[in-house]
Amino acid sequence: MIGDGIASANQRTHRFVEERTPVGFFTDPTLCIGCKACEVACKEWNGLPEDGFVFSGTSYDNTGALGASTWRHVLFLEQDQSRGPQLAGPMSGGEGEDPFRWIFLSDVCKHCEHAGCLEACPTGAIVRTEVGSVLVQDDVCNGCGYCVVSCPFGVVDRRPQPLPGAGGAFKCTFCYDRQASGLPPACAKVCPTESIQFGPLDEITARAARRVEDVRALGYADASLYDARGTSVGATRAVFLVLGSPEAYGLPADPVVPTVYLRDAWTSSLLTSLVALAGVIAAFALL
Amino acid sequence: MPGLGTSFGRGGATTAQQDLANADCILIEGSSMAEAHPVGFRWVLKAKERGATIIHVDPRFSRTSALADLWVPIRAGADLVFLGGLVRHVLENRLFFREYVLHYTNASCLVRDDFRDTEDLDGLFSGWDPERRTYETESWRYEGDDLARPLRDPTLEHPRCVFQLLRRHFTRYTPEMVEKLAGVPPDLFGRVADAFTSASGREKTAAICYALGWTQHSKGVQIIRTAAILQLLLGNVGRPGGGILALRGHASIQGSTDIPTLFDILPGYLPMPKAGTGEDDLAGYVRNHRKVAGQWSALPAYVTSLLKAWYGPHATPESDSGYRFLPQVSRDHSHFSFITEMADGHVDGFFVMGQNPAVGAQHSRLERKALARLRWLVVRDMVEIETASFWYDSPEIETGELTTANVATEVFLFPAAGHAEKEGTFTNTQRLLQWREQAVDPPGDARSEAWFIHQLAKRLRSRAAAAGDPLDEPLRALDWWYPEDEHGEPHIEAVLAEINGWRSDPAEAAAGLVHSRDAEDRPHHGPQVKGFGDLRDDGSTACGCWIYSGVLGPDGVNRARQREPSGAYAHGWGFAWPADRRILYNRASAAPDGTPWSDRKKLVWWDDTERRWTGDDVPDFVAEKPPDYVPPPDATGLAAQRGDAPFLLHEDGLGWLYVPEGLKDGPLPTHYEPLESVADNALYGRATNPAVRWFVRDDNRFAPPKDPRFPYVLTTYRLTEHHTAGGMSRFLSHLAELQPELFVEISPELAGELGVASTDWVTVSTLRGIVEARALVSRRMRPLQVDGRIVHQVAMPFHWGSAGPNRGDVVNDLIPLSGEPNVTIHEGKALLCSVTAGRRPRGRDVTEALDRLVRETPPHPEAPSTEPRPSERPGGHGHHGKTT
Repeated sequence: MIGDGIASANQRTHRFVEERTPVGFFTDPTLCIGCKACEVACKEWNGLPEDGFVFSGTSYDNTGALGASTWRHVLFLEQDQSRGPQLAGPMSGGEGEDPFRWIFLSDVCKHCEHAGCLEACPTGAIVRTEVGSVLVQDDVCNGCGYCVVSCPFGVVDRRPQPLPGAGGAFKCTFCYDRQASGLPPACAKVCPTESIQFGPLDEITARAARRVEDVRALGYADASLYDARGTSVGATRAVFLVLGSPEAYGLPADPVVPTVYLRDAWTSSLLTSLVALAGVIAAFALL
Repeated sequence: MPGLGTSFGRGGATTAQQDLANADCILIEGSSMAEAHPVGFRWVLKAKERGATIIHVDPRFSRTSALADLWVPIRAGADLVFLGGLVRHVLENRLFFREYVLHYTNASCLVRDDFRDTEDLDGLFSGWDPERRTYETESWRYEGDDLARPLRDPTLEHPRCVFQLLRRHFTRYTPEMVEKLAGVPPDLFGRVADAFTSASGREKTAAICYALGWTQHSKGVQIIRTAAILQLLLGNVGRPGGGILALRGHASIQGSTDIPTLFDILPGYLPMPKAGTGEDDLAGYVRNHRKVAGQWSALPAYVTSLLKAWYGPHATPESDSGYRFLPQVSRDHSHFSFITEMADGHVDGFFVMGQNPAVGAQHSRLERKALARLRWLVVRDMVEIETASFWYDSPEIETGELTTANVATEVFLFPAAGHAEKEGTFTNTQRLLQWREQAVDPPGDARSEAWFIHQLAKRLRSRAAAAGDPLDEPLRALDWWYPEDEHGEPHIEAVLAEINGWRSDPAEAAAGLVHSRDAEDRPHHGPQVKGFGDLRDDGSTACGCWIYSGVLGPDGVNRARQREPSGAYAHGWGFAWPADRRILYNRASAAPDGTPWSDRKKLVWWDDTERRWTGDDVPDFVAEKPPDYVPPPDATGLAAQRGDAPFLLHEDGLGWLYVPEGLKDGPLPTHYEPLESVADNALYGRATNPAVRWFVRDDNRFAPPKDPRFPYVLTTYRLTEHHTAGGMSRFLSHLAELQPELFVEISPELAGELGVASTDWVTVSTLRGIVEARALVSRRMRPLQVDGRIVHQVAMPFHWGSAGPNRGDVVNDLIPLSGEPNVTIHEGKALLCSVTAGRRPRGRDVTEALDRLVRETPPHPEAPSTEPRPSERPGGHGHHGKTT
């Protein structure tokens, strides 16, 4: 899967916006070396401010989470279990193996099929673009924050004071500005191992499915695809290979778009009003 | 890198990063390649995707280990035992590639009968001079003393043939010894041995990658030598997917040894003239360094052309072709030597460019105090680094050792252009020259290094011309011809043309001539030469660095600038020295008869119809020399080497399992303990490398072996998020926020003993310095069983200092100055420390605590009580062609 290099969609110029081709990301931790080049390239290109010089003590992750000023976030998971066929460390003098693994995964906005943020946005600031990505237009956003609570992945956030743009909601733009100019997203462009793969959505999903099969065959029995299919999100345009449980990566097993409750809410309020109306009518009838 | 130089002939990686994709097994040791060379690591992953086994041997479970198939934790400083164990495994189990070893290595060569091995002399080789603490290396040579035509025993049975010496030398490097000293259990060692050897042979190849985790040891060169022996025995050199990749520390470090910033070699690995060795004239120099057979037979052409490039019209018979202008080396002027002299007040001025020694150099405390003894200091950088700000914000200001008012050093801080703000070339880890364009103009007064040196040279020369002092003659004789642009920047392509070489007779402008007119618009030289084969020893050619010749040939095409890759080795993208050969010694990819060893691993082979070598790479061989060529007795140069001798820089054309000349601490690698060690040397009576330089000083003390005051092994490393001493990363918020603070990695077991958790402060002390850092507790650090007891190792990145927005203590304060015998490199990857919970003392309490430690600690039993006299000091970079 690795090695297309300068011929890959990560590097080539394209016309996806003009052609209205849906695009996607596939992020593959079996190829990620945790270099954080994606985080840096994202911040550089998008002019994002630094958001704290805090030593977390949590592995090599001093970023913590996606947020208004962090649109790519490399997770560092240290787990006491094997990484596929890897043998890590001493065999403890024949006392059996001593499993350990360190996994890196570059998290990003999922660009959902049913995007909670988009559906919750009252101003129309959040739109779906020609390539299918979900974009917050920061010049339209009024900072109400409905999108923040509506994202099942905790991606979008309002930027705190005193950072530039404070109050507004921000998240990954899928480098819409770059894509409109035919350039690949900054994070994919700089990924040295093609752990992040960018391209037309159908190619990306096919690749991702094939990759999961391949790594399972290589001995990564706990590999699975995380794409939120079969949930109320519908599907995500950023898909991930995960080893083990998705919750360990902060990815909910069953993400729920809050707007699914809207139908119930509308139904119940309709019923309530009908009952109320019936009561009123009955009250008049009884008079 | 004399390790690679003496083994194979050239001090550079034998392979290219892209070629790692062709390997069947990759051993990464002494390097965290994924972290320090993330871009090249894609080729390791590509190999892994193709089914190769990736092995990472390292004290730390790093981001490289995370992606490897096998992580082998090892005690820092025990790599040579581990590799020696692999060598023994190959020899004792007859796993070596017999035909390769017999034809292409010096296994069959006979060694003099007065040679004595460390097995005979308990850790010393013959020729040891205890007074001068150096070796007389005569007895290490071949029988008959003929390097070009050694006596050989093709049965490999002769007791004095290299093969038998090697067997005997490594016989005690058993899996049990590996376990005892390196802390690697036999079953894990066996896994590595099986994976590596089963991926070697006709059909398969295995590669080794290393970096500063091997070089920064008191025996670094010999660690690399052991890897070279392993690769030669398994037939993995000169073949696709094989070789040894020396991962260079940062951009153009390979370039800075090719065209050196070192005191004892000239461009292209020509040795610097040495005083008192009969080299007062060019004839003497040539007599000492020219070889009868092989590439170095042409040394007169290379050195004469270099002198012509430097001195131009002044390189005449009267000036001995310009040789008279060259200084001669009289003693060790390596970094540590001049820093200690500076600390003692013997140095007036210092230029610092592209470095931050106040943070990045070893024993930085001593370095900073040395800076305070200067009269003047010039620092060129993009930000105000610690080397420029030490006089008001160094830790020594806090401790009271320095006071701003009393630092007399006048500091000149010049703004420097960044790499995107100037053009030129980088020579990367695989000897590849890549041109970089200038993207933007540098801001304000920032200028390139080329501009600075050029302008400085012009001013110095005009002063020298006015003063007329005879001492300035070499300065006046320089041919400083460089044309410049409207900003006074010299045209870098003109410099590249000079490096490539040209015919000396000036010609009017013609097709292909690059910048042939000087600053006064006069014709300066003739057409560029095609390659180093065109160079002459009569002054008719000039060449600034013979190994780079061909980068800008007579067609005027700057090959470093090319970006049209084609074929398996991307020829057409940049230019690899020498002569665009991507895999060195690639004649060895074919069997002695010239046919590929296997179809799967073919690279270069003999085409009998065309009567020449051909294949996927430029042959690193005389293209028309048939595989069965036998040199006539009177032949010289490359014609004196056989058709099955792939290592052109060695007179015998062989890969050297045993090094008969060129090393200062032994012809075979021998395990010595680090200068500071938690273990005794179970192999020999002496603990440390006898020829090492200790830089004996009160402020540079070493803890004795197993000192209870310093119970832990400390190793240092770099993070992906930062760049060396931090000048290019700590000051940038997007990088600094990713790793904002200094930390020390410790195992949960040690953390439990110390009672600390992640983010708690801890203090790390050695006899040189005391620093504080945050604890980062992780199972990525493991206690090891070494010699029957538990050894805890801790690891620290070294990027922080006292300047800029994200400050931290300087880890290099902890490291002593010491000099590996061949290259005078320090031991930064294995030393002793103490770790205690809590923050360090402040102010004068720091120096008092240090003084107390020094007072209470007895001296290291093997350190000399005084330094050898300067003229007798070892050090430097060894023999020509054997260095980087």
